[in-house]
Amino acid sequence: MKSTLMVGALLTAITTTGAFAQAIKLADVAELSGGGATVGTNWKNGIDLAIEEINAKGGVLGRKLEVTHADSQSNPGVARAQVQKALDAEPYVLLGPGYSGSVKVTAPLAAEAGITQIMGGEAAELTQAGNKFLFRTSFGQQSSMPKVAKYIHDDMKAKTVAVVWVNNDFGRGGRDVVIKELERLGSKVVADLSTEAGQADFAADVGKIKAANPDAVFVYLNEEESARILKELKRQGVTAPLMGETTLIGQKVIELAGDAANGARGHVGLTTDAPVDLIKGFRDRFSKKYNYVPDHNGLKGYLAVYMVKATTEKMGKVDSKAFADTLHGLTIKAADEPGILMDVTFDQNGDIDRQSFLVEVVEGKQVVKQVLPKVK
Amino acid sequence: MSNLFDLLVAGLATGAIYALVAVGFTLLWQTSQTINFAQGEFVMLPAFLMLAAMHAGAPFWFAIILGILLSMTLLGLAFKMLLVDPMMRHGVLPLAIATMALAIGIKEAVKQFFSAEASSFPSIVPTGDISILGHAVSLQSIGVLVVAILAVFGLTTLLNRTSLGHQMQAAAQNPTVARIIGVPVERMILLTFLINAFLVALASLLITPIYLAKFSSGEVLGQAAFIAAIVGGFNQVRGAIAGGVLIGVLDNLAAAYVSTQYRAAVPMIFLIVVILFRPQGLLGRAEERTV
Repeated sequence: MKSTLMVGALLTAITTTGAFAQAIKLADVAELSGGGATVGTNWKNGIDLAIEEINAKGGVLGRKLEVTHADSQSNPGVARAQVQKALDAEPYVLLGPGYSGSVKVTAPLAAEAGITQIMGGEAAELTQAGNKFLFRTSFGQQSSMPKVAKYIHDDMKAKTVAVVWVNNDFGRGGRDVVIKELERLGSKVVADLSTEAGQADFAADVGKIKAANPDAVFVYLNEEESARILKELKRQGVTAPLMGETTLIGQKVIELAGDAANGARGHVGLTTDAPVDLIKGFRDRFSKKYNYVPDHNGLKGYLAVYMVKATTEKMGKVDSKAFADTLHGLTIKAADEPGILMDVTFDQNGDIDRQSFLVEVVEGKQVVKQVLPKVK
Repeated sequence: MSNLFDLLVAGLATGAIYALVAVGFTLLWQTSQTINFAQGEFVMLPAFLMLAAMHAGAPFWFAIILGILLSMTLLGLAFKMLLVDPMMRHGVLPLAIATMALAIGIKEAVKQFFSAEASSFPSIVPTGDISILGHAVSLQSIGVLVVAILAVFGLTTLLNRTSLGHQMQAAAQNPTVARIIGVPVERMILLTFLINAFLVALASLLITPIYLAKFSSGEVLGQAAFIAAIVGGFNQVRGAIAGGVLIGVLDNLAAAYVSTQYRAAVPMIFLIVVILFRPQGLLGRAEERTV
């Protein structure tokens, strides 16, 4: 009896001192196939790179990070099932998905389980539903679209604009905000074109844009469709300047569209071409590991893991229940946590405040034209 | 008016590719009662074979030749020997279901061994415009249209003006009588499969630069070509050509003048209307069946 008690006490002492510290388990649900495969693959690779780096330096509070990846197939229904399965395993934090439609249907599940969800979705409505467990890794449309509309009106001097958007939560959310802002500024929307996710043929849509003869075209589609429409715009000889937000001028789009991407402009919250040393370092490490240049989704996945690290170290303990409360209102400085790449502040809704960039594609490369500072 | 011209040209270019794929549907049906539901995936795969060759360091022209040869071997010879011949004796429906399974298999294999992401694909036609009747028309649209027309013209010439083509038609129309008069029916059927494989490889080469190379890109194409073949007439090559062009143009005009949201429904509605009023298709031949 005495020896049993002694063994028990010894085991307790060992586990609390961390000699056998359990790994911190994260769950990731991402678009690893389907229309969002580019998004999900970049996101996953960013996560894996961050975890590899953190574990190589001893982990978080002496504990290693572990992640399980599940494929949402870019389908909200599948995403919901995968998130439920991931939550049943009681992860410390849930990462993903990247598609707004999938975030919309999975966020209530994570909130109900009391698990923080750090995701890649950008639809404005996601963080406006009072969910206290949901956090962004990039700007929401309510932050980015006013900047886009202002650029179209002030810098492009466009009096008439064609707006092409993808008919899903991401596209609709962006379209609603940008049209409202354009009209408020006095630019007239002369074509408002809805397209389908996964659409291959954009000849008719581009035909409509040509017929409307706008001063500028705002393109808000997912990555692959962005590449296809850029090719079609070039094929039909549309010369109006093109403006996008994040996806249009992403690395994968540039690679797929080739010459057709040249001249496209866009606002990006994150870009691997940013004139920031820490981001350049990330880009080099990522490219070395995966043999391709990441897009903003690679950055998002990477930052999600460093958000977990910084928040946990701020708490000084691994506590999934207190995680969201700690992250609300938290400012993480790149000087203290280089993995966060740029100073960032999270508000009470889970939205972020961070500097952003206006870029143009020049000879197949993103070139940063302006750096927009943090709002607060 | 300018917009209508652009839409017609783009629709004709897309329709010409649908026609190439639809012709394959009708050829296989006529010679071996095979409804190949993997036809869309047959168009998707050659592009990846060519990309794989280029990744291995082959120049583009060599990758094209290799891709076409591999396509004819895998999607023509192997498809017939390993799937169609063993399944044929069980009837049309089991064979059709087997081709559905094949479609899933090809799609998943490409996703697994190549990538789930889209890849760019070089075009055999240079970019740029030429002026036609005062309208700027892209070289790519013209190139796709010309190559597809040449392929269809070559095929119809082969079928209608050569001894080989006559033998193929005889084998398709009445294999028993064809055998009696000395036509090597089995060889003719194999030739049909090889021609189909060549046509899908050509379609792949033409459409992938526009649609990008992706494991799932065969779904839309296969469905459109199937509708085109039924609309035109499943037992007539000329019907498949007409159906393909018609669906391509109709799809573009519907997206522009009806609704982009309902564009996918328009060919379907058209298909239902055709089946209701002319079940054999617009140019098809009514077939009698003993019951």
